Amino acid sequence: MLYREALNRAIDEMMEADESVVILGEDVGRYGGSYRVSEGLFAKYGAKRVIDTPIAELSIVGNAIGMAIAGLRPIAEIMTVNFSLLAMDQIVNHAAKFRYMSGGKMTIPLTIRMPGGVSRQLAAQHSESYETLYSAIPGLIVLAASNATYAYYGLKAAIAMNDPVIFLEHELLYPQEMEFKEQKAFDPFKAEVVKEGKDLTILTYLKMRYDVLEAVPTIEKELGISIEVIDLNSLRPLDMQTIAASVQKTKRVVMVEEDHKTGGYGAEVIARITEELFYTLDAPPLRIAGEDVPIAYNRKLELASIPTPEKIVSRIIAWGAKHGI
Amino acid sequence: MNSLSSTKVEKFYYLMRLGREFELAAKEEYMKGNIAGFLHLDIGQEACSVGSMQAFDKGDVFTHYREHVLAIARGMEPKLIMAELFGKVTGVSRGKGGSMHLFDPSLNFYGGDAIVAGHLPLATGCAYARKIQGEKAGVFTIFGDGATNAGAFFESINIAAAWKLPLIFFVENNYYAIGTRIGWVSPFEELYNKAKNFMPAKRIDGMNVCEVYKAVMEAKEHIENSLGPYFIEAETYRYEGHSMSDNGKYRSEEEMDIFKSRDPIENLKKEALRLGIVSQEYFDSADQKAQEVVQEAVEFAAASPEPNLKELYEDVYCKECTNVIP
Repeated sequence: MLYREALNRAIDEMMEADESVVILGEDVGRYGGSYRVSEGLFAKYGAKRVIDTPIAELSIVGNAIGMAIAGLRPIAEIMTVNFSLLAMDQIVNHAAKFRYMSGGKMTIPLTIRMPGGVSRQLAAQHSESYETLYSAIPGLIVLAASNATYAYYGLKAAIAMNDPVIFLEHELLYPQEMEFKEQKAFDPFKAEVVKEGKDLTILTYLKMRYDVLEAVPTIEKELGISIEVIDLNSLRPLDMQTIAASVQKTKRVVMVEEDHKTGGYGAEVIARITEELFYTLDAPPLRIAGEDVPIAYNRKLELASIPTPEKIVSRIIAWGAKHGI
Repeated sequence: MNSLSSTKVEKFYYLMRLGREFELAAKEEYMKGNIAGFLHLDIGQEACSVGSMQAFDKGDVFTHYREHVLAIARGMEPKLIMAELFGKVTGVSRGKGGSMHLFDPSLNFYGGDAIVAGHLPLATGCAYARKIQGEKAGVFTIFGDGATNAGAFFESINIAAAWKLPLIFFVENNYYAIGTRIGWVSPFEELYNKAKNFMPAKRIDGMNVCEVYKAVMEAKEHIENSLGPYFIEAETYRYEGHSMSDNGKYRSEEEMDIFKSRDPIENLKKEALRLGIVSQEYFDSADQKAQEVVQEAVEFAAASPEPNLKELYEDVYCKECTNVIP
């Protein structure tokens, strides 16, 4: 199943099951969605529930909050996380806070879907990873879908939640063909152990999951170790239980993310591991992250600014050598 | 006023008096240190709050942060508001919202919102939902002159007009965004000009509660007939500073005197007596009742407990989800 098809199926089924579910955003209706995620929904559910909005992100999210207050269950699509900055006030000051500052009286069942990350030569204003911003906001739930299974079940769970959810996707994943695993019970807050191993835990999410998986066989061979790979899935809340169980077993941890290194999401994950699991660690944690630069247009510079399988291999091998692994 | 029943006029008077007594008491309690944070008083502007809420009695209301009197006029109990101002757990938002965040979905009252113009997109989205749900009552949103310079304002009037949403935009033009005169940062001071290409837009005397009431009734009829949004600019004036931390020195005594001579409460009383539609006895008893209610509210707030510390982690997320598809 294509990643985008999994998302489409999730929305379609939720819209079919509950007529209060609506989707709004730029080009989601007649055009079929910038990434074809909402393809076919306009024909099936009509203009009232599949709503083409102006290019005005503040209003896409603000209107969705108003719809949620009125009893609808809106899914707001933002074309990229870069543009969500225009809606930051609505997301942070309104969606995330209404429940608390009303003493629990207001409920905002809202899902905001948006892709982030570096695609191909879109330059700085269309290539960002801002999960660290949203994960820092109490009142928001932040999920990151790296695969078709999570895209489908995770998005359905997000739409069903009564809290505002930031649902992160990745631009390069939309056309990817992926394995889809039927699930009986699904916990969107649970991290996935993608590959089991004994000597090193690599934590990652979104598109980096695939770069890590590509790098792992070489690293295992070079260092003569076995590696466990965990896809975090849920960034807020973070599944520390699964992380702790793995790190206690392997005693070593590497965080791989596309986000900028300074203040990136991995900084929080590693801080928490250091705080809670310091004495179980046999080596200092390693962070492999994007460089602290805006993303360049030139393909060579663009690739130099984010982790790649080759970089993941060389960085971990160098780190292993330094710490006697 | 001639066309209004004496009961209506009495109600206007009582609610405006109650609002003013409430805020004078709040000011006093702020001075004593019982209320903290930002306290934005509506004193002088009661006609806008009371006239609009009396006319718009059914649909959804999205307000700004200067909303004590709006909440009272909407039907929220003064003692729950006062307790909120005191930060007590008995307050309407359990002491977590304070003066700027009075919410009561059971009254379809959502606000106040303390981000200037931030609630306008919410009102717009709510109006969209009401329209597709087939409900006629629509949405009312109130904001100050400063909000009309924000992007959220332009986005909202554009969307509301494009989609013919049942939404009343009501701007209280008191001429000052904190200490900045609207004319210094806007090309004109008559703000209905900003909306007149989008929807019917009119300017009214916001110091006259009957005029506010009538204008909102007209607007309500307009939105109920699916004719799209409606814009009202009410010229008004706040006697106090923007908040308690503002001494209001940027305004002249002369200007203040002009507006005080148009006081919404005193003028309503004078006119009703002149026309002989409300008796002096009613005004006296209304004044007394307002004072009693406010006194009780202060006592209730003072005697109420603080939130328990475990409240700190409550209400960040929903514990139990209702209306969730399995």
